[in-house]
Amino acid sequence: MMLLIQYTLVYACLLTVVALGGCYSERSGIINIGLEGIMVMGGLGGILVLAFIPATLPPIIIFFAATLAAMTCGMAYSMLLGVASINFKADQTLAGTALNMLGLALATVIIKALNIARTAGADNSARIIFKDTRPLLSLAKGTEFNMFMILTVVLLVAAYIVLYKTRFGLRLMSCGEHPQAAASVGISVAKMRYCGVLISGALGGIGGLMYLYSCGSEANFETGVAGFGFLALAVMIFGQWKPHRIAISALLFGFFRALAAVGQAFDLLAALEIPKPIYNMLPYIICLIVLAFTSKNSKAPKAEGIPYDKSTR
Amino acid sequence: MDNNNRRGFFSLPGVRSLLAALICILIGLMLGYIVLLIINPENAGKGMDVMLKNFLARNKTFTQIKHLGNTLVKTAPLILCSLSILFAYKAGMFNIGAAGQYVAGAGACLFFAYKFSAPWYVCILVAIAAGSLWGAISGALKAYLNVNEVISGIMLNWISLYLVNMLMKPFCKGAEKDTIAFVRGQSHSLIPNLGLDKLFSNNTSVTIAIPLTIIIAVVIWILLSKTKFGYEIKATGFNKNAAKYAGMHEKSNIIITMVIAGALAGIAASFFFLSGFSTWNTNQTSVPAMGFNGIAAAFLGGLHPIGVIFSSLFIQHISDGGTSLTGMYPAQISDLISAIIIYLCGFVLFMKLQMSKISAANERRRRARLEALAAAETENKPDDASEETKGGEAK
Repeated sequence: MMLLIQYTLVYACLLTVVALGGCYSERSGIINIGLEGIMVMGGLGGILVLAFIPATLPPIIIFFAATLAAMTCGMAYSMLLGVASINFKADQTLAGTALNMLGLALATVIIKALNIARTAGADNSARIIFKDTRPLLSLAKGTEFNMFMILTVVLLVAAYIVLYKTRFGLRLMSCGEHPQAAASVGISVAKMRYCGVLISGALGGIGGLMYLYSCGSEANFETGVAGFGFLALAVMIFGQWKPHRIAISALLFGFFRALAAVGQAFDLLAALEIPKPIYNMLPYIICLIVLAFTSKNSKAPKAEGIPYDKSTR
Repeated sequence: MDNNNRRGFFSLPGVRSLLAALICILIGLMLGYIVLLIINPENAGKGMDVMLKNFLARNKTFTQIKHLGNTLVKTAPLILCSLSILFAYKAGMFNIGAAGQYVAGAGACLFFAYKFSAPWYVCILVAIAAGSLWGAISGALKAYLNVNEVISGIMLNWISLYLVNMLMKPFCKGAEKDTIAFVRGQSHSLIPNLGLDKLFSNNTSVTIAIPLTIIIAVVIWILLSKTKFGYEIKATGFNKNAAKYAGMHEKSNIIITMVIAGALAGIAASFFFLSGFSTWNTNQTSVPAMGFNGIAAAFLGGLHPIGVIFSSLFIQHISDGGTSLTGMYPAQISDLISAIIIYLCGFVLFMKLQMSKISAANERRRRARLEALAAAETENKPDDASEETKGGEAK
């Protein structure tokens, strides 16, 4: 039971962080399908720090270094989406899809090239091992509780305050609802949308690091982040683009995902002899059903997905 | 007269799409070359050469043709996947679920082939049914419950992957991860060759699936550009509300579109797996890339059913070439290049806008010059000469 709770929290936290990222972006009016790719690229930066930083440093410094690297990589990578969809008015779904494919291919190529160069061709896998630093970030020995969970709570509270209580957040949201009106009172829509995309890049990057960290002390980039970016999008939609509801729906999805990961450890569930693929499917099936019932009254930002055109004011 | 012709040529939408696609490819290849240079500068030129030549890099003509056959076998499903995406896109939907519809089709046709040893045409029909069902789910969710087709498609992708992995498990030999390979001659579930294998150095995977694919592409082209249904689909894509106002059944149109898109992806899977080229790996943890590469091919092909034939061939060509890079470079280099190309396809609209701006500016300049010329001529030679130039301009 303890194991299930731990994994539920691990997955819920990472889904919350990524979904919050998606929330910032969509609230500013940019659909971010590319979260999956951003997670991979951000995770790549973070994991490389975890793998090569000396394990003798204080854990808190390692933690911040890795998080910062993940954020930076995620932000840099999300600029690709920003440039395409804000400056060049590209189809946002297409740009996002390209980001997903590019992220996975680029990360695999980088890690493989690194491994080949490091071992003179002996190792051509896309794996990175970080077993020395992984235990340092744990909060309690032998459990899955880690420092990222504290960070998640901070980010969640911050998201609520930023979006609803600050001038910046309200302006950001106005760009997603009615950019023409926002522009007419002197808000730079392009700047706000860049902020939204960059924040989502930073959070997506952290989420990617959290996912790879949760997989054990070896990260395999060929499988990427196993669809968590998409799951986070579903969490965001189910959470109706509101931080507090996102946290609740992340717990729900996290629970089902955890069931897939550790469900067979329970006598009761093991006795039912449900094949593992069913557990793997479960989060996605639940997600579809939930979306079917909640999308009718969707509170999606009204202007999301539509490139802002000054001439339509 | 000559001037008029040149202007007509560059303002043709097809020419602009082609030009934009070529620019995307060129920039994509250049960026890919830079990546190769960064990873391993010594072999970069050679690597690019191997990838771009693909089957031409083999030393004997016989093997060259055989490998060309292999590329074509994989190109056929890619064309169909991109047709699936293109078709949905015309109706204003982004069918990212093509990958899942492809998986569903693969599962269905392989299941019938293994379990009942059904003949190939039955297997194809079953694949179509499964793909359409998958598409219909997305379509119905979109039409009646307002679920974004991108999200539902992504969820269905994963569901189908795990489902088919589970379904195919009994058809593996012992503890192996791959399903049992079909043997040509023993299984009538394989699509017949009808002598096409002889043309490709006895490559038995080359079947009538390849010519059938071309026919399907042409049918889709005619359906979209010459029929009432195609017109309604495009109208729904342009403006859903206007289509509804004009009396079109936009809800059923959405569902039918997704059914057809799903069917195309289903056919793609059956054409690939019933050619005997490959088996299903029950351990795969990511959705087959075919459906996603279809997105690249669809946009690179300028969203035209005939254009995607060529863009699919190109993408499959470089990704096959990429697999022969192993040893020198990671094989994913070709994935990287096609991903870059997809990303650049996002800029196609912008490029076309620039092209029309340039040609409009040229046109203005040309007209101003003609007018100046005409004015000068009227000054010199009044009466009949000026009328002649004016007449010429009006044409």
